[in-house]
Amino acid sequence: MLKRLSAPNVLVVITGLVIGVLGALLAKAGNPPNMGICVACFERDIAGGLGLHRAETVQYIRPEIPGFLLGSTIAAFIFGEFKARSSSAPMVRFLIGVFVMIGALVFLGCPVRTVLRLAGGDLNGLTALLGIATGAFIGVLFLRRGFTLGRSYEAHPIVGWVMPGLMAGLLLLAILKPAFVFASEKGPGAMHAAIVVSLGAGLLIGFLAQRSRMCFVGGIRDLFLIRDPHLFNGLVAALVAATATNLVLGQFKLGFEGQPVAHTNHLWNYLGMVLVGLGPTLLGGCPLRQLVLSGEGNADAGMVVLGMVVGAGIAHNFGLASSPKGATPGGMVATIIGLAAMLAIGYFMRE
Amino acid sequence: MAIEVDARGLSCPLPVAKTKRALEGIEEGVVVTLVDGETAKGNVMRLAEKMGCQVKVEKVGEEYRLTITKGGSK
Repeated sequence: MLKRLSAPNVLVVITGLVIGVLGALLAKAGNPPNMGICVACFERDIAGGLGLHRAETVQYIRPEIPGFLLGSTIAAFIFGEFKARSSSAPMVRFLIGVFVMIGALVFLGCPVRTVLRLAGGDLNGLTALLGIATGAFIGVLFLRRGFTLGRSYEAHPIVGWVMPGLMAGLLLLAILKPAFVFASEKGPGAMHAAIVVSLGAGLLIGFLAQRSRMCFVGGIRDLFLIRDPHLFNGLVAALVAATATNLVLGQFKLGFEGQPVAHTNHLWNYLGMVLVGLGPTLLGGCPLRQLVLSGEGNADAGMVVLGMVVGAGIAHNFGLASSPKGATPGGMVATIIGLAAMLAIGYFMRE
Repeated sequence: MAIEVDARGLSCPLPVAKTKRALEGIEEGVVVTLVDGETAKGNVMRLAEKMGCQVKVEKVGEEYRLTITKGGSK
């Protein structure tokens, strides 16, 4: 039975179902509405918790993020897949990470939150999905043309242990709550489930995502690249499960306007998410996948995660992040710069 | 003459993308893909099976050598 359940195509769907259900439940359990899980928003909250930005409404060390990474580490260890790897253009990966976060903060969501927003009835998720698909499509064109960030090599184990170590430390800060850590008293940063709930959900999802190789951008990318819905099935499963859970919990409201932690500037929702489709296609994984890879010892993915955290700090320090009122001029400029940077990287980095 | 695809250390989806391109370039024959992880191994195996090819997987140290045969006698 366990063998049948761990068949790759089944595992992806199970992972999607779990992400969908837990994503909806976490919103009920205290996380912001339609934001039971958002890798970008949560890394932004962590940036705030660490004082990398001082936006008072979004500061909190979200246990889900260390949960995702460490859940992956546990899975990788049990199944012998932990391997320290590094040296595939880390500087470029860091930079792309910065811009992926900026793009996500213009829309106000990562690909997982895009699915969860749709599952809550937020139709702006469709705009975002279109943006991700456009970005992935452009990324596939570059891949077909020979784009590569170069190969990675096995590294000293310590290289692979830095991210799990940092995340364990972060978790300790989340639990012990020392005075120097920032924590919102109002706004989305103040909305969070109990630590044990967030952590438990994070570890389970991280474990399943590592085993199933779940990737929310890969799911769309592979439709273009190899016409294979293997990963896309996981996205669909997540959407279906989250929608059903939301309907049961009375958390579903259909429409574009008045959605929680969202805005209706369609152009910038779209363009911001083009970055979130293109960047991960060039990097080899969505923000969640980058965390999972980091948990397996992949330090190149670790650079992406760090880039995203720094990007969040930059975004909130310079007014690049959107608000429910819409996108900001800074965010628009930064999105265009990010797009230019990713297009240049995609075009010029060939073997 | 087998076509060799060295996909060791390459990010997703390059192992699959390069193997696919190699397989599409031949009517029948052998493509040998080298990968250095379980994920890439699984992805390339799935691609090969989807394209109706035979796959043989050998573990060489920490790497995998996938010998993919396209076409040939039924």
